[in-house]
Amino acid sequence: MQARVKEIILRVIVGGAVVSAFSVLGTLLKPQSFAGLFGAAPSVALATLVLTVSKDGKAFASTEARSMVLGAIAFAVYACVVSRMLIRRRTPALPTTALTMILWFGCAFGLWYALLS
Amino acid sequence: MKVKIDASELGQSKWYEYALRFAFGGTITALAGEIAKHFGPAIGGLFLAFPAILPATATLIADDEKKKKQRAGMNGAIRGRTAAGVDAAGAAMGCIGLIVFALIVWQRLPQSSLAVVLSEATLAWLFTSVAIWLMREKLWRSLAKKLRSSRHPLASAGSHTTPIDRSPDE
Repeated sequence: MQARVKEIILRVIVGGAVVSAFSVLGTLLKPQSFAGLFGAAPSVALATLVLTVSKDGKAFASTEARSMVLGAIAFAVYACVVSRMLIRRRTPALPTTALTMILWFGCAFGLWYALLS
Repeated sequence: MKVKIDASELGQSKWYEYALRFAFGGTITALAGEIAKHFGPAIGGLFLAFPAILPATATLIADDEKKKKQRAGMNGAIRGRTAAGVDAAGAAMGCIGLIVFALIVWQRLPQSSLAVVLSEATLAWLFTSVAIWLMREKLWRSLAKKLRSSRHPLASAGSHTTPIDRSPDE
């Protein structure tokens, strides 16, 4: 139990640090659309894969990466819709990004069901 | 449009903005690990490309831009939302790089060392994302130029020179 809590804390620290590092890079860069590239940086993947390979092995991490392809396609759809709604329809940022998250779940799990299940 | 490094933005960010991003990133990384443990790597892997910080970043950008405009005596809500939308458009381009990253890790990890694969995949993400961004910039400029020429036929003949249209980022 204690080892599991330690692992979760380690994931929070490593994940938070890697995501923050990419986020700071994005903050430093201009123009805004170029900085936005760093919003889709593989930060969570880098933090997770390092810890996963050390604990569960390469085969497990490779299977995760295969599913990550589908998650990234869903992310692209999500980001396109968010961008379109904010620029064209001028909807408020927080509700738009939060509510359209359903789209990510729908696309990611839909693709997983269609291709991998 | 040239890519610039603007360190002054760092000083303008508040401590809680960094804390929020750290918390989001850390939580999603821990969740991805737990989901993979309970439901297997095929489900857990989807969350490696979860849009962890986009909602927080978009909201912070919209608020910052709004405040900047309000300080100048204007209602900056629309400007803020547009800036957040442009950031999200950048993330959409970065997603193509993210797909390339995942494909490389999936195909190469079983045969190669983790450090080598992650380095290759991260570089591939960067090159792909930047290449797509540059192509989009070039396409945008040529479209804007054509549009201007069709509106002002003399401009295309060179006798009516105006600066190239700016991208919507500016």
